[in-house]
Amino acid sequence: MRPSDALFRVTVTAFAAMIPLVLLALFAFLLHDSWPALRFNGFDFFTHSSWNLGNQYGNPVAVRGEQVMPGASFAILFLIVGTLASSLIALLLAVPLGVGAAVFLAEAVPPRIRTYASLLVELLASVPSVVFGLWGYIVLIPFLSRHVYPHMAHWLRDVPFFGPPSGSGYGLLTAGIVLSLMCVPLIAANLREAIESTPQALREAGLAVGATRFEVVRKIILPRLRLPLIGVSTLALGRALGETMAVLMISGNALNILPENIYSPISTMASFMVSQLDSALQDPTNMAIYGIAEIGLALLLLSLLVNALARLLVPRSLST
Amino acid sequence: MSTVTGSARALNPNARGRGRQQRRAMASLAGWLLSGLAFLLLAFALLDILRTVFVRGFAALNLQLFLTPTSGIAGGLLNAIEGSVLITAGALLLAVPVGVFGGIYVSEFSREYFARAVRFIADVLVGVPSIVFGLFGYLTMVTALGWHFSLAAGCITLAMMIAPYILRTTELALRGVPGELREAGYALGASQANLVTRVLLRECAPRVLTGILLAMAISMGETAPLIYTVNWSNYYWSGHLTHEPVAYLTYVIWSFINEPFASAHALAYAAALLITLFVLAITLLARLSLSRLGVRRTS
Repeated sequence: MRPSDALFRVTVTAFAAMIPLVLLALFAFLLHDSWPALRFNGFDFFTHSSWNLGNQYGNPVAVRGEQVMPGASFAILFLIVGTLASSLIALLLAVPLGVGAAVFLAEAVPPRIRTYASLLVELLASVPSVVFGLWGYIVLIPFLSRHVYPHMAHWLRDVPFFGPPSGSGYGLLTAGIVLSLMCVPLIAANLREAIESTPQALREAGLAVGATRFEVVRKIILPRLRLPLIGVSTLALGRALGETMAVLMISGNALNILPENIYSPISTMASFMVSQLDSALQDPTNMAIYGIAEIGLALLLLSLLVNALARLLVPRSLST
Repeated sequence: MSTVTGSARALNPNARGRGRQQRRAMASLAGWLLSGLAFLLLAFALLDILRTVFVRGFAALNLQLFLTPTSGIAGGLLNAIEGSVLITAGALLLAVPVGVFGGIYVSEFSREYFARAVRFIADVLVGVPSIVFGLFGYLTMVTALGWHFSLAAGCITLAMMIAPYILRTTELALRGVPGELREAGYALGASQANLVTRVLLRECAPRVLTGILLAMAISMGETAPLIYTVNWSNYYWSGHLTHEPVAYLTYVIWSFINEPFASAHALAYAAALLITLFVLAITLLARLSLSRLGVRRTS
């Protein structure tokens, strides 16, 4: 090997090695800073709903070897429920919408205008989270809380979780709707490309035995794409789990309560980390910050798990 | 096989076969209508978001926004515009070398185990929520290193977030270059360093640049990690990398819309318009120039 090649190799390898270092640093520092909280909270962290900084005017007391304010407790069951419920609603809405839009764009729109028509769906991916939040706050919430939720709650009053009270508009379903709009482009774009690259011979074979064009899509093309669809939906789930600003602005930021129905206010792990930063900084024992670090660690591990799973499911050609 | 028997009946028209064929035609029509409806709903959502931002944003625009800094919840946006540009430029300055050189490694040494590991980790990091990066920046740079809320903490945090993205787009760009070009280069006696920098990177420069542009759009639109690392300031940047918070546009949107004053709302709408116009222009430029080059890109 020439010296210049060896130098080149070492240089690019060193830059590439920064990427694993980033992951290692995220994990190591979050674990280090959440360690006191891990000791103080134990497993109760995941099984109760009480985020309470304690009496901020008392003197710190020692509990399980850690200094905390009297009465303090940190447990985030309500955040886990809020995060999973809003993300699942988002996925339940985004998968049919994304599949429908992809089928329409790939099979019904003439190729000449397809690039531009696709932009109408796929540009949703580039709208910043905080702008989604703004739109949700000034347009979607007034509309839903006046014209949709009251009627929904009335007509579905016997369906568990869908009955009244229909709430203020800030809550679980609104968060789910906005999250679905944020992650639908991922599903629609990937699936559209996959449909477009389906061999033409399969379509012709289907048409030749008398299937309608829609039957070709539903019974021949889509079944072949089941695994990529599962993979890309998992990826979309990962996005929804970690969305912060939009959820912060429209979810109602519930504290320590579990949602009683689909209209109830919630918080997610990500949105709570922003909404609680200011008050956590007031805790003289720092335990509130350690608690936030523990939420961050849990969110990191959850997103690593979901994304690794998605990458293993998505075939290489679809993975970006 | 139901489609085959169905079509056999269709070729042999009797009353029962015609009824069945009609049902299938109706079901197909309903399917097309539903998929069209899904498309229309999403297109409507995008257009309504843009309409809201444009109508309210343009109504709030005036020259003062570009000439004065914010004061409390009134004034202009010049300090926030300056801050957004500085934060994004700093993040790109740090992330581009890591992303591009790392992408070269992952693409040109793709058979090595470490290259595959780096690619997988970059893929996974792209999906890690931005707020987690923000928390990391807060715990390490803002408090442990004692930089306080500052430009440097924000830039490094965002750079960590977008470097894996640039790495992946660079890698995909390089992989799109035909293998014959590499073989021809080696046959002429080029070193690998020369081949990559003078031939391959030049060949795929538009796609590498597109990845960098999209990373720029991502960091311009970010809010959550900056709340944790840069905070907010009513003043222009004074030239300090640490120990001094900086203003940025996305903060104005989130924070000022919750104030009960019309002047604060106007600033939030104007900031939303500026950010959306910028991000949209970059994305459209990247996508349309790519489709003209015949390159396909997803998500």
